[in-house]
Order: sequence, then structure tokens, then C-alpha cells
Amino acid sequence: MALVEVKGVSKRFGGLTAVSGVDLTVNAGEVHCLIGPNGAGKSTLFKLIVGLYPPTQGSIFFDAIDITAERPYARVQRGMSIKMQAPSVFKELPVRQNIQTALQERLSGAERIAEEDRLLTLLNLRPDSEKLAGALSHGQQQWLEIGMALALKPQLLLLDEPTAGMSPEETFRTGELIKSFNAEGMTVLVVEHDMAFVRQVAQRVTVLHLGKIFARGNLESILQDEKVAEIYLGKTHAH
Amino acid sequence: MFKLLEGPQTLGRGKIFWSCFLAVLAGALAYPLFADSYDVGNFAYFLIWIFMALGLCLMWGYGGMLSFGQTLFFGIAGYGYGVLAINMGGGTATIGALVLSVFLAMLAAGILGYFMIWGGINGIFFGIVTLSATLVLAFFLGQTAGPEWHIGPARLNGFNGMKGMDPLTVGDFYIEGSALYYVMIALIVIVYLALRMLVNSGIGNVIVATRENPQRAEMLGYDVRKYQLLTFVIGSGLAGLSGALYTSWGQFITPSSIGLPAAAMPIVWVAFSGRSDLTATLVGSFLLLFGFQTITVYSQQAALVLMGALLLATVMLAPQGFVLGIGRLVAGWWRGRRRDDGAVMAEAGRLQSEES
Repeated sequence: MALVEVKGVSKRFGGLTAVSGVDLTVNAGEVHCLIGPNGAGKSTLFKLIVGLYPPTQGSIFFDAIDITAERPYARVQRGMSIKMQAPSVFKELPVRQNIQTALQERLSGAERIAEEDRLLTLLNLRPDSEKLAGALSHGQQQWLEIGMALALKPQLLLLDEPTAGMSPEETFRTGELIKSFNAEGMTVLVVEHDMAFVRQVAQRVTVLHLGKIFARGNLESILQDEKVAEIYLGKTHAH
Repeated sequence: MFKLLEGPQTLGRGKIFWSCFLAVLAGALAYPLFADSYDVGNFAYFLIWIFMALGLCLMWGYGGMLSFGQTLFFGIAGYGYGVLAINMGGGTATIGALVLSVFLAMLAAGILGYFMIWGGINGIFFGIVTLSATLVLAFFLGQTAGPEWHIGPARLNGFNGMKGMDPLTVGDFYIEGSALYYVMIALIVIVYLALRMLVNSGIGNVIVATRENPQRAEMLGYDVRKYQLLTFVIGSGLAGLSGALYTSWGQFITPSSIGLPAAAMPIVWVAFSGRSDLTATLVGSFLLLFGFQTITVYSQQAALVLMGALLLATVMLAPQGFVLGIGRLVAGWWRGRRRDDGAVMAEAGRLQSEES
């Protein structure tokens, strides 16, 4: 069953068409990866789905409801949550308060504190919980933002380059975390460049190129597609 | 609920802080017993402005909205109190006039804030629009000298200002002098504690989060516009409370209490004090008002120049505010001393156990 349906969506910025007539379906319960070279329109498509940009054309459905005209907060209340490409945390607030702000609408009292502790431990941020978020390393800020996104307990988790700035070990751990959330029923849509990571988590892959859908399928079929290899992967990686 | 009096959004916690708070409050309550009535009246006058400063602190320091409109809402409530008190016939009705005039200021803030916030005005443009609205009101009131400018029996009187309204009254008792001073103290304590609870609550978390990163706050499911509007209405309502109390205190109000020099004053008080903390704003604003009034007795120009110099010094030397900076230094020194004491005690304990 489709959780997200993007139907004929385009986005133009002046004379530049960043996304052009894209149709995309993300099924409930899957980990779906969006890949493509720089400038393919992946992050723009993310921002269209979450409502940070209004589409120039087309419609977006979430759980069969047309959300095209809804503001981002309303989409989040429906069950979406996003981790942006660049770390987007409350830098002048303590780490714990970042998580608390994300959790407070869902939980209160001792339950909320227990969940804060659980998330901080899960993300290896417990020892830094009283530090200002701005004092964390780039990778830790990525973790914190993932934690804030998870705190909402979303139906759909959108992750825009979640492993940027992470070590290979941290990247692997992030992949395992995503798989564990998915095993609990969470649908995940990921933009990622790291093909090892994509191989680790993806159940379906969509390739974007110049703002259009270029190919889609499972990773193996994508890797064997000569045209995809030409535009993005490089032939040596494809085989 | 009282747990919210302390939290990450406010400086000052624990027994020492609250003991100091109670000591200052006790001193303030005892002051009229030792001071002459002229000084008590003057102190009541300084305290009138604290509400406006605390309101700006909430909007600017916590909400990230630099409003130049504090005197706009001060004026709306100040003139509102005058018009209502005159039209309602004085007496106990003045209490109703006070409440209604503050409500009027909050309503005006709600309307202006709605158009600004829903219209996407933020940053420096927020300051420009609120300043423009302030100047419009000041200029409008300045040209109301003619007899045709009246609301019922209340004449607006242009630059000469409106007068003739009763002070706050309960029955036959005028709330003036020491009585007004005690009312001010009670209101300041209530407003200060209520604001502490607000900023340390879940709503406060969202207000601060919106200041830090409005997009992220929205991506956590909050309609940040509603929180910004709430902050603006409360902050402006507090300016309105100052305005209504000012008119009641002096039984007059003029457009000059709204115009540009007056509009800049709250910015100076809050910037100098430390906009991101309520206690720093409370203390710093009171000190500045006291200093300003003392110097004004000798030269108003000199007092204004000093205010300008203080704003420059704050921007260049202590952008987070002087009072807040000093507060943090003292808190850091105290924590360091306690850590040192703890280390000495631990070392003594270790030596003792080694000896035994």
C-alpha cells in the first residue's frame, strides 16, 4: 500500500527546473533510497514532500490524503519527519532540550524523561546531554537530528544524506539503526550517495537525473543498468 | 507547576537564589516604612516601566522578535485607560478601565502581529514595521489638538496630552503613593514569576526553539506562527500594562511617551541588561531607570546621551548584556568555588582514610 504518492510534481526556481514531472510511490513499510548525481533534484524533491517548497505543478498524497497545500507542521502532525541535509538542530540549546522539544507533544513527565534517556543512549549522546548542541561535532549533530526526527515516532522518516561526515563505522551503525526502525514498521525514504550504505539498507531504489526519474527498481537491477552506470555510478562500480 | 520557576531558560536556581529573591522582596516591601512619600512615588514610577522591559525581553530575548512597538502598545493602553476611566466615570470603574485597556493593547497586538507574522515578516523588518506603526500612532495623536478629537467627554488634546482621568481607585480610596508602590511590587512579582514559568514550560521550549531555528521547530510539528503571535501578544500586553499604570500614576499621557526617543528606551534597557534572561532584564532595567531619572533631574540631554553611549558600549563590549554577563561571571565563580571545596573535602577524606 502506498504511503506517499508524488504525482507529476515539478518545481521551478526562475528559469531553472529542479524537479520535472516526477511520479514516485513510497510503499508503507519499505526502505526506499533516492540516488542520483549532484544537482539531480533529490533534496528538492524531499523538501517538496515535506512541504518546505510548494510545487509549481503536481500533487502529493500522504496516506491517500492530498497534502499538496498543507504547511510543513501539518504534514509532520500527519506522521512525517525529516532529517535535513545540513545538520538542523537548536544550536544554542542543550542536547537534551533539543530532544525534549521534539518529544514533549507526545509524552510527558517520567515517561518523557525515560524516552529522552533511551534516545540519547541509542544515539551515543548521553554523556553530552547537557552540552549545547552547537558544541557537538558534525557527526554528532547528525545523530542528534536523527534522534529529534525519531522522537516524533513518525510513520515516514525522511533522511537526507544521514551519513554525511560520519566514519565508516558510524555509517554502518546508522544503516543498522534504520533497518531496526524499519523492522518495527517505520517507512524510510533516504537520499544517499554512499553506495555501500544504500546496499546495506535499500529495498527499492529510485534514480533521479536532471530533475526526472531516470530508473527505479531494486539495487541489483539498478547497478546492472548501463545508463545509470554512465550518469552516476561509473562503469567500474557497476560490475 | 512551581517546578517551572526554575529551568534551562532562566538564570538563578536553588536556595541561595530564592533566598536572595526573598531578601530583595522584603527590602522592597519595607522601603516605604523608611523613605519619604516623594521617593516612594518615584520608585513606583520606575517600577511602571519594568513590565514593558520584561515584555520586550520575552519577545526579543526568548522569541527572537525585536519589536520597536512597545511604546505603541504603551500608548494604546495609556490613552485607552484615560478614555475609559473618563467615560466610565472614575471610582472603582478605573480597575475595569485598567483591565480593558490592557486587553485593548493585546487585541491591537494580535491584529498587527497576525498580519506581520502570517505575512512572513521577520528579522530586521519586524523592527521596522513595529517602529513605523509606533510613529504613525505618535504623529496621529500629535494632531488631535482640536475639540473635534474626543471620545465621549475625553479630549485627546494633541501634544498637550490627555488629562482628567482618575487614578486607580477602589471605592473612595485612591491607589496612589505607597498603595500604588505596593500594587506595583505585587504585579511585578506575579508577572516575573509567571514569565519564568512560561519560558520554562513546553510553550517556552517552542518559543526558544523558534528563535533558534524556526524551520526545525516547524519540522517538529509546531505551527511556529501561533507561538510567535502568542509571544508578541503577551509582550505587547505587558507594555500595555505599563501604559495604563503610567496614565493612572500621572493622570495624564502625551504623544511624546510613544514617539521615537521613548520607543528606543526599552531596547536600551533590555540590551544593556541581557535580553535572554528575565532576571537580568528586571534588575538591569530598574538600575538604568533609577540612573536615568537621577541624571534627568540635572540634565535630560545628558541622560539621553548616556543611554545612547550605554547602547553603543553594550553592542561593542557585551552583546549579550552587561547584567547578564556579570550574573554569569558570579555564577561561574560560585560553581568553581564549590567544585574546589568539594575537591578539598574529597582529598581530606582520602588522607583520613589512608591514615586510618
